[in-house]
Amino acid sequence: MQFGPHLLLAILEGLVTASILSLTAMGLSLVFGVMRVVNVAHGEAYMLGAVLAWWVTGLIAGHPAAGFVIAAIAAPLIMGALAVASDRLVLKRLNYDPDRTIVATIGLLYIAQQTTLMSFGPDARPVEPPFNQRIALPWLERTEEGWAWFYPWGLSITSYKLFVIAAAALILVAIWLIITRTRAGLLMRATQQDSETAQAFGIPVGTVYSVVFGIGAALAALGAVLVVPIQQAHYLMGGEPLLLSFIVVIIGGLGSLPGTVIAALLIGLSDGIISVFFSPTLAKIIATLLVAMVLVFRPRGLLGKAPA
Amino acid sequence: MLEATGLRAAYGPVEVLHDVSLTARAGEITCLLGRNGAGKSSTLKAILGLLPPSRGTVTLDGAALHALPAHEIPKRGIGYVPQGRRLFRELTVAETIEVGLMTRGEGRETRDWVLDLFPRLRERLGQQAGTLSGGEQQMLATARALCLRPKVLLLDEPTEGLQPSMIDLIRDVTVRMRDEGYAILLVEQRMDAILDLADRAVFLETGRSVETVARADLTPQTLHRRLGV
Repeated sequence: MQFGPHLLLAILEGLVTASILSLTAMGLSLVFGVMRVVNVAHGEAYMLGAVLAWWVTGLIAGHPAAGFVIAAIAAPLIMGALAVASDRLVLKRLNYDPDRTIVATIGLLYIAQQTTLMSFGPDARPVEPPFNQRIALPWLERTEEGWAWFYPWGLSITSYKLFVIAAAALILVAIWLIITRTRAGLLMRATQQDSETAQAFGIPVGTVYSVVFGIGAALAALGAVLVVPIQQAHYLMGGEPLLLSFIVVIIGGLGSLPGTVIAALLIGLSDGIISVFFSPTLAKIIATLLVAMVLVFRPRGLLGKAPA
Repeated sequence: MLEATGLRAAYGPVEVLHDVSLTARAGEITCLLGRNGAGKSSTLKAILGLLPPSRGTVTLDGAALHALPAHEIPKRGIGYVPQGRRLFRELTVAETIEVGLMTRGEGRETRDWVLDLFPRLRERLGQQAGTLSGGEQQMLATARALCLRPKVLLLDEPTEGLQPSMIDLIRDVTVRMRDEGYAILLVEQRMDAILDLADRAVFLETGRSVETVARADLTPQTLHRRLGV
């Protein structure tokens, strides 16, 4: 394949990675932005979302789309509920102390991981995509007779991957509208900016924290449900999205939602392109190097704000 | 009427209020006076439940507030203008007012009333609170508290860092609220700004209320004796 079509393919693969990453990182960023909690167990919400999707789709007979739709509803709801319970039982009791919540979420990470290993075993579990037609992509090239469309061999993408990109974009727009246009979003933003004063205006900060922690986990689970027909569910799959989400959140600016989306696109696209032309390991090395450079030259990240 | 009796409260292991009692009556301005570190702001926070009292009681018109969670107390009718304004800096003026209105389910009528009190805010509705001038921020902080249509208004150094014209505006609004029947509990460092406003003053010393005086007895001599000014 020529360079141009090859690059288009890499960009499309990168967009799929970026879409999943923006959902997962958005959850982490939301939790840090509002609660100031560094949730080390966030990758396990992703892993549990994927395992739940495999489990739910296995229960539903018939067309794979039926199981997928039910998994896309059930997995985020179950993970959200588990996260709310974790917040009430653990984080709230630690008074959201930044240091102790890191240790506590490390504990939650191991509990989730080992419980999954004991319940579902160590094997990777596939989930059938709800639809998966291969779509050949056209490429415009100049020939002796002028510009013409043709279909290079290998330049194609599945309909499911295009669906993942569109679904992630829709979910992100929905989250953005909830945060900026609804009363619930207003309460979250007020709590994010000054939780003590928020209480003096009747905002139940503890409830806001629980809901935000639940939404963060639900977003990670939703990302996992979308990805699991492409990658298999496995009890150790939470590590990489956690690392990449931290990279995205640091580059984008801690707590900045637009920064998170921009950084996810940057990391996802570079991961896709470098993985296709070089190797996935090099892509991770460059992403980690980028974080180091951001921490040195712009510690607040791309769109992070200095404390008032 | 707001009544606090025998309040004790601590930041972690450090007790900052040892025994504070005070009363704020409707239609009166009660000033809370004391040197730096006497516990004035902590007393306001203890009343609001932001610094939960370990002992003592707080009642509003006879109903106990001290056992309620902090976010329930403003809903009973206590408005708060914190020291340093403590605005939600990235919310717009309109959103900040909305937060105040939501506290007690107030609507458009209260919004219009508050914006009529501070017409400057009407011109800034789409502007982020953090980008307003100091005076406008104080107006917004006061407007946010008034959006509750509170029975009691707690003001913590409302004239801090303001130019004289803004101080006059805040004073005028405070007097107007008093005349409309609000109970006002005012913490202020600037004696010249409050001496003629106070209907009653409570003196605090190292976390204890040591004396309550009526307006007639709030003389420069009393201030000198209690505060050394």
